[in-house]
Amino acid sequence: MTTSDYDSVRPPESPNEGRRTGGRRRRARPGNGDGARELPVVPEADFTSYYDRPVVKPAPWGWDVAAYLFLGGAAGGSALLGAGAQLTGRAALRRNCRLAALASVSLGAVALVRDLGRPERFVNMLRVIKLTSPMSLGSWILSAFSAGAVVAAAAEIDRVTGERLPLGPLRRVLRFAEGPAGLQAAALGPELAVYTAVLLADTSTPTWNHAHDELPFVFVSSASMAAAGLAMITTPVAEAAPARTLAVLGVTGDLVATQIMHRRMDPVAAEPLHEGRPGALLRLSEALAVAGGAVTLLGGHRRPAAVAAGLALVTASALTRFGIFEAGIRSARDPRYTIEPQKRRLAARRAAGITDNSITTAG
Amino acid sequence: MPQLAGPTDPAADARWPEVKPRKGFFTDTSICIGCKACEVACKEWNRNPRDGDLELLGSSYDNTGALGASTWRHVAFVEQKSERIEKARASGRALIDLGMPGMGPPAPASTAPVNTAPANMVPTETATPDTPEFRWLISSDVCKHCTHAGCLDVCPTGALFRTEFGTVVVQADVCNGCGTCVAGCPFGVVERRTDGTAAPKTERGERKGEQPDVPNLGVAQKCTLCYDRLLDDETPACAKTCPTTSIKFGDREHMVALAKERVAQLHAQGRTEARLYGANELDGVGGTGSVFLLLDEPEVYGLPPDPRVPTADLPRMFKRAGLAAAGMAAAALISFIGGRG
Repeated sequence: MTTSDYDSVRPPESPNEGRRTGGRRRRARPGNGDGARELPVVPEADFTSYYDRPVVKPAPWGWDVAAYLFLGGAAGGSALLGAGAQLTGRAALRRNCRLAALASVSLGAVALVRDLGRPERFVNMLRVIKLTSPMSLGSWILSAFSAGAVVAAAAEIDRVTGERLPLGPLRRVLRFAEGPAGLQAAALGPELAVYTAVLLADTSTPTWNHAHDELPFVFVSSASMAAAGLAMITTPVAEAAPARTLAVLGVTGDLVATQIMHRRMDPVAAEPLHEGRPGALLRLSEALAVAGGAVTLLGGHRRPAAVAAGLALVTASALTRFGIFEAGIRSARDPRYTIEPQKRRLAARRAAGITDNSITTAG
Repeated sequence: MPQLAGPTDPAADARWPEVKPRKGFFTDTSICIGCKACEVACKEWNRNPRDGDLELLGSSYDNTGALGASTWRHVAFVEQKSERIEKARASGRALIDLGMPGMGPPAPASTAPVNTAPANMVPTETATPDTPEFRWLISSDVCKHCTHAGCLDVCPTGALFRTEFGTVVVQADVCNGCGTCVAGCPFGVVERRTDGTAAPKTERGERKGEQPDVPNLGVAQKCTLCYDRLLDDETPACAKTCPTTSIKFGDREHMVALAKERVAQLHAQGRTEARLYGANELDGVGGTGSVFLLLDEPEVYGLPPDPRVPTADLPRMFKRAGLAAAGMAAAALISFIGGRG
């Protein structure tokens, strides 16, 4: 210890001051402005950070992007169901699915543009085609999908309104184009539903990145559930049998993929999926998916039960997306989720004898 | 598609017709005195606005906080006691042993200086240059200008681009502020600029004086390695102003050579805590343009211990996504074939 004449005027030093090693940090520490102070908790495996500040930055995305994850999935799934109905001659299912696809994709696009830092430049998204950028590919998928979805849905709107759309000679073109347009949208439906999973996984946000193998499966399952649920709500049970099957397949896929995801992920990176609000959202989503799936199986051929099950499934899908979205944002805000999995994988490589690919070197 | 991982010359990989030597920084934190002249010079040259409200963060002399849209140099201050100093020395020694397997028995576990390069051994009075019971770690952090830049890879508009110097720059007039790069960066460098005054002022005097308008609102912003100065054969503002030459600027190859020389020198003095960060082209980002000499583990300075550019796994992600999409289409098909009624 150094000593000086002024030591007597120093404030008393807390025994824990200056330590930032070990221990899970909780953000709310009342009356403690000093980031260097530590709560007396059981220390965890050698975790150090810079004043508990995040290492990576969370995407500056609000709830509208989470909503888009859901809406894009619902649109993609609806286009698939709509095309199936179109090919098997289920007029009501076709109409409802096409309208659902248009409504979800339009709302989704608005949500996406709203979330840009410079919304007036949204068209710059189509400035290049960039294979390394899921956002770029997604913008092209979204645009191409929308083109098909708009034409297919316009034909339905025209029919529903008794040919009141001011189309003139274009009506014949529309009648001719609606079939191919519906199929084109359906061809891009799964891509629209799945690309958002790659968009999230291809980031340095720990929880999203560590889930990159399973997230696509969770997302397509969730999208199938949403689209099937929507169709079950809007379409008479006589025509909705395919929607019920898709709903059950979606629920099964969702439950299985989510389980595998939780099991395979780094346990620390997976933590935000279990804790706090995202954890609650995901648990509720799972319960609703199970309930919706069960009701679909048992009473799906009766309208009230079908509507209830559909509502449960749509809600479950939305909750999954919001839960995963928020878990990722939280994981980026806490340095622990970045540092611990990285240290572990570095140590694992070193233990396996791979010592040449560390960013930290002795010389 | 450009190369997604592994060693490469980024400017050539970006198909520049005429590739200039790759430029970079070598930030030697062992001689940084924490004057923050680099932060100031950067702000002035790049006309970066104030980053939020002026406040004391209670983190030693660091009241800047972190790199961000309007903070392209950030000086980190860490105060350490003897226990942490010894840990840092030990972890550095473990790293040295790791780098040279078969170089004899592991170093003794004592805190005595380790003689790793007997030929360069310096007199003992410089062997323990810190006060033994306390030290400050001071490090000026900056954009890493990665060989494989996560931000650049995921940018959908082409606003982020690779310059002929191998650096990564945002075109503010192209960026539409989608924010993907912010999540893409493994180092938490790039950020979308807000005016920094979103929170209502509750205390008097928090906002002193008139602030100029904030340029480039709503778009991603980060260090350009002073692209404008580079084009005129000038040194970036931070390196130019650094009074101790802690921030060195030059051809990346030369910077790495300098860094290796310096770390060997420190090891010879027994300062085994010294290590390089970003000099290895086999690491998860293909090596960084900004190389650092650190005196403790990277996470102590707020740097990721094992960053990996997310796009390195993109081919695998696309395969999984393709499989999932096919599964979804198959599920729809089954629904219509199986579900008659």
